[in-house]
Amino acid sequence: MQENNVMQHRLNLLQRIRYSIFPGTLRKPKDRERYRNFFNSLILHFRPRSVQQRTLKFSLTWGLGGMAVVLVCMLFATGLMLKFVYQPVPDRAYESIVHLQNNVLFGQLIRNVHHWSAYTLLIIVFLHFLRIFFTGAFHPPRQFNWILGLAMFLAVLTSNITGYLLPWDQLAFWAITICTGMLEYIPGIGGWLQGLVRGGSDIGPATLSIFFAIHTAIIPACLIILMPWHFWRVRKAGSLVIPRKPDENEGSRGDSVPTIPNLILREIVVAVVLIAFVMGISVLFNAPLEAKANPGLSPNPTKAPWYFAGIQELLLHFHPLLALFIIPILMMIALFSIPYINYQANTAGVWFASLKGRSMAVVAALVAIIVTPIGIVADEFIIDFAAWLPNIPGEISNGLIPFALMLTVTILFYTVMKKRFSSNNNEALQSVFVLLVVAFIILTITSIWFRGLNMKLSLPGYY
Amino acid sequence: MPTKTKEMKSEAEPTRRSFLNILWLILGGVALAEFVAVAFAFLRPRKSKALKEKAETIVTAGAVARFTPNSVSAFVRGKFYLARLEDGGFLALSRTCTHLGCSIPWVEKEMKFACPCHGSTFDITGNVIEAPAPRALDFYPITIENKIIKVDTHKPIKRSTFQVEQVVYPKKKA
Repeated sequence: MQENNVMQHRLNLLQRIRYSIFPGTLRKPKDRERYRNFFNSLILHFRPRSVQQRTLKFSLTWGLGGMAVVLVCMLFATGLMLKFVYQPVPDRAYESIVHLQNNVLFGQLIRNVHHWSAYTLLIIVFLHFLRIFFTGAFHPPRQFNWILGLAMFLAVLTSNITGYLLPWDQLAFWAITICTGMLEYIPGIGGWLQGLVRGGSDIGPATLSIFFAIHTAIIPACLIILMPWHFWRVRKAGSLVIPRKPDENEGSRGDSVPTIPNLILREIVVAVVLIAFVMGISVLFNAPLEAKANPGLSPNPTKAPWYFAGIQELLLHFHPLLALFIIPILMMIALFSIPYINYQANTAGVWFASLKGRSMAVVAALVAIIVTPIGIVADEFIIDFAAWLPNIPGEISNGLIPFALMLTVTILFYTVMKKRFSSNNNEALQSVFVLLVVAFIILTITSIWFRGLNMKLSLPGYY
Repeated sequence: MPTKTKEMKSEAEPTRRSFLNILWLILGGVALAEFVAVAFAFLRPRKSKALKEKAETIVTAGAVARFTPNSVSAFVRGKFYLARLEDGGFLALSRTCTHLGCSIPWVEKEMKFACPCHGSTFDITGNVIEAPAPRALDFYPITIENKIIKVDTHKPIKRSTFQVEQVVYPKKKA
């Protein structure tokens, strides 16, 4: 302290102001070190003091969780800015977006960053979900964190859908018409639920205010609660799942290293690269904006947002009751029950459960890549249960029968794989998961790029 | 241990305290239910537009003679199509596809309604030609007075298939 006073009178005004803000820099090197430690302990309120060295390996996490956090922060920041310009009324919404793009300085860029961050976030959380599954990071004690993760996945999806309507252009209007039209097929409460979501029978001013409220208040609030909860559970589980080789026993903890700088530095690098990537995309490609919404004219073809394209493709093959209700509900139940199934082995930390699991996953992926396109083409041109069985209602002929067939094939696949590889249920269930995920990705790709006029199968660019 | 004995006692014979606790719990539950009910009532779609005077929902389509048999005319304001069948009967069809709610255009050349969203097609009576649409197009009630056609667009009527009773014929001159 004495030294402080000695030094003070030798400083000019600017230096004195600077030291009043950052007193640490005034101290001698040794004190400065202590001060930095004090500042670092602020970071350590959020991160553990030390981390397992092996969890730092990039090929364990691929930085996906951290990327999701960075993207959510970017979405919050740009979203707050957009909120100052955007007007959530049908007569003004589209005009305010045009105004944003044409008259507001950096308006287009901010909208682009918001748009591309949202799409990147969806992809990143999907990859994160795959990473967690394939490294078995849902085994105890991480069961409930899988549930929290799925809840956030649904929140991100809802955020994307509700945000999709806000520009109020043709793309937005008709995509949301289709998506909310899907609700009608939920048995019993469908019509009521649709009315609640739309705020009336048609898409109009009420729909826009409801979607705006969900997009800008409810989802951010949910994320602000769920995200820290998710991270806290990671801490409670004793850091990340520790990666190990297939033949290695679990529970062998290695060396730990201090979080600062080992983890923090890596996180900063990932964040900076990601931000640069999103900025680059945003400078090069504008977020789409079509003509103002016209309730009388559906564009041809009208497609759901790309993340719903898989479900839209299902719609072309199944009765809506199956495609929009029974199949998604069953998938959701399956996803939420993944951590609670009785597994024969704890495969936490091993990529694809085991060496056998890896080859089974490859086989499952190949089967899906071959069977799904054949199924799509066959259903387009050959299979027509509705015409073959004209006396049976559509729910059964075009719904339950093909669905039962597919379910049988999936169960058959499970038993055959289990027998053929003489595997445990971890590996067999994983191969079914791979089969379904790859099939879903192929359905999505088909819907986005191989559906042309009147939703007929066609090559990209040929309609 | 003391807490345990207390609990056991309260289970056996309700004390004043346990009774009041239960009462508080019930009151809390009631208050929560009230809040939920208020939230639902607040969010329920209001029917302000649907309750507008009936006169506004009735669209005068025009004289019978204006429409040639086997033709379809669009009414943008009423959001419907007026179809005149081959036998001279009229049918007012909703323009909303029964599949997922897209607006369907009438394709004159092929004499059918073709949905741009998922490829459903409907014939002139609104019947489904091609799935995925699960049922025929909704229709609106028509009245013909003094050879003037009026369509009540207040509420579309749902149906599974076309039936002859849905067609309205102009009165033949006796």
